[in-house]
Amino acid sequence: MAGIQLNTLRKIYAGNVEAVKGISIDIKDGEFIVLVGPSGCGKSTLLRMVAGLETITDGELFIGDRLVNNVEPADRDIAMVFQNYALYPHMTVYGNLAYGLKNRSIPKDEIEKRVRKAAEILEIGDFLDRRPRQLSGGQRQRVAMGRAIVREPAAFLFDEPLSNLDAKLRVQMRMEIKKLQKELGTTSLYVTHDQLEAMTLADRLVVLSGGVVEQIGSPIDVYEKPASTFVATFIGSPAMNLLPLAKSGNEWKLDNGATVDVKLNTDLSDLILGVRPEDLVIEELSEKFDSGLHTALTVHVVEPVGAESYVHGTIGEGSVDVVVRAPGKLHFEPGQILKVTAKPEKLHTFDTKSGKRIELEGALETA
Amino acid sequence: MKRVQFSHPLMPYMLLLPQLAIVGVFFLWPAAEAIRASFYLEDPFGFGSTFVGLDNFKDVVSASEYSRTAWFTLIFSAAVTFFSLSIALLLAVKADNVIKGASTYRTLLMWVYAIAPPVAGLVGVMLFDQHIGPLNDLAHALGWNMQIGVNYFDTAFAMTVIAVWKQIPINFIFFLSGLQSVPKSVQEAAAVDCRSSSRRFWTVTFPLLAPTSFFLLIINITYALFDTFGIIDLVLKGEPGNNPVTLVYKVFLDGFRGNDLGGSSAQSVILMILVFALTVVQFRMIERRVHYS
Ligand SMILES: Nc1ncnc2c1ncn2[C@@H]1O[C@H](COP(=O)(O)OP(=O)(O)O)[C@@H](O)[C@H]1O
Ligand SMILES: [Mg+2]
Repeated sequence: MAGIQLNTLRKIYAGNVEAVKGISIDIKDGEFIVLVGPSGCGKSTLLRMVAGLETITDGELFIGDRLVNNVEPADRDIAMVFQNYALYPHMTVYGNLAYGLKNRSIPKDEIEKRVRKAAEILEIGDFLDRRPRQLSGGQRQRVAMGRAIVREPAAFLFDEPLSNLDAKLRVQMRMEIKKLQKELGTTSLYVTHDQLEAMTLADRLVVLSGGVVEQIGSPIDVYEKPASTFVATFIGSPAMNLLPLAKSGNEWKLDNGATVDVKLNTDLSDLILGVRPEDLVIEELSEKFDSGLHTALTVHVVEPVGAESYVHGTIGEGSVDVVVRAPGKLHFEPGQILKVTAKPEKLHTFDTKSGKRIELEGALETA
Repeated sequence: MKRVQFSHPLMPYMLLLPQLAIVGVFFLWPAAEAIRASFYLEDPFGFGSTFVGLDNFKDVVSASEYSRTAWFTLIFSAAVTFFSLSIALLLAVKADNVIKGASTYRTLLMWVYAIAPPVAGLVGVMLFDQHIGPLNDLAHALGWNMQIGVNYFDTAFAMTVIAVWKQIPINFIFFLSGLQSVPKSVQEAAAVDCRSSSRRFWTVTFPLLAPTSFFLLIINITYALFDTFGIIDLVLKGEPGNNPVTLVYKVFLDGFRGNDLGGSSAQSVILMILVFALTVVQFRMIERRVHYS
């Protein structure tokens, strides 16, 4: 087992497409790192460079203390789980699991032992004689996992391994992968575009956008202190509300004139205010607290999802869509006006131009 | 889906009639005629025929000439099939490594398929031409006094090379598209599992090409046995002499040059049985063949 170190890795594809623009990550031994970002942000490219399936244009890649930039995939001591499983269709399940071991001249009885053990862990023992096309999607997924496990590699690499499964199976496999990874303690690099999957699996998240790292941190850190408006809207569902905030005299005001008293040591005359849907509470429903923000919200659409409802509305002329997370049993009418409020420590501020987070000087106070 | 109804129940049969007539006139009728003729001794001057039972077959099979030709046909077919398949596979693997999904290249290579078969045979014959053939010159330069049409081995060699040469493009295209349909991710999984690329080829890529290879195997055997007639004729320039010929060519020689219609028919019946056996094998194997989805 080993850590993985990425030092300013870059990838330029033929045709001058720079897919990865100098990414550094220090992955500790046994850590579960999830690369998350929208489609086309370079996640797969980065993972494939680690696997050795894509050449590294620039930068250094260490697995353990070994520089592996020019090492063949088979010699990197990694195992990979592919999105479409990439099982060998002409081999049985047993053959699929054993293939990587046979090629490493591991004795037959040792292969047998490892395959049986992996099959038991993954509950695929009954299918060892079947071929992949005789298996369901979930079973194929397990075989793909098994193929990685038997190798006992320094690291697992996953490229969206669950995205071909249906929603229910996806949740189940997600839990199993996490459990398995903790039991085996194998360093893992996992790619997904699904922020929920990323949050639930990761020890640390790496949020990517356009080939650069937006933020690295634990899921909670990233959720509570998003480093940019990109991260703020990408992580969390429904996405964080972003509202323009402008300075007028000594006060910061929303578009609809509501005052937000942010203490900021800045020369900027405008900002972006961020507040998560669950942090915007309906005033009549909550206990009194020192509020950082008061405003009226005109309800437009309500999305009930059971335990809660997402109330979409606007806060005045030309306002963007604002979402409030409300208890599910309440009833709302379109056109209804709600008073919403938020605790000062739940407010986020970002630079309008760069989208970067600006830390507040302390708690916000009611105007 | 809506079913299209013909206005008259006989209409579909009418539409099929031209096709059926062609099959009947050009395939079934001659075949039946050949079977009939194989049991008769035809008078060379056209004065009727006598039923002789299996005598034609006995004569054909017991002739030393026939077994010599059969042996040559076997070796020739095996060599043509083996070399045209293996060379085409080698080229396809090399091409596949280069083009990796670049579809322009693929289209360009497809042209080979469109141009090659009719032209390649002629070009091949030209390459071995006694007077202007560069391969003939090359052989002479290397001290091989190649005498096509005179020396048995030299003639056999030229026939084989030309037959292989002509068939490679077709095999190449099929192998290439077969290789391109092997999922990239499966090959990548193999790259992680196995260091040696040749081992990867034989354990993963080649087995996944099995349906293509099997199909080509049958096509090539059929080609070597039957479709090489033209090449052999071109090489021999219509003068077989003591040179090697295949069974199919011998049917032509005995029937039209030797005027032995009964013997020639018996030989073609034997070939028909061979084709029939090949077809049965093919269907059996296809049924049993695993088709990987
Ligand atoms: N083989 C390739 N050649 C050229 N460009 C590529 C290639 N693979 C990916 N790209 C480009 O690189 C960018 C990142 O792709 P990818 O890593 O697959 O993104 P993700 O996995 O995050 O969806 C995309 O803009 C994509 O079009
Ligand atoms: Mg991807």
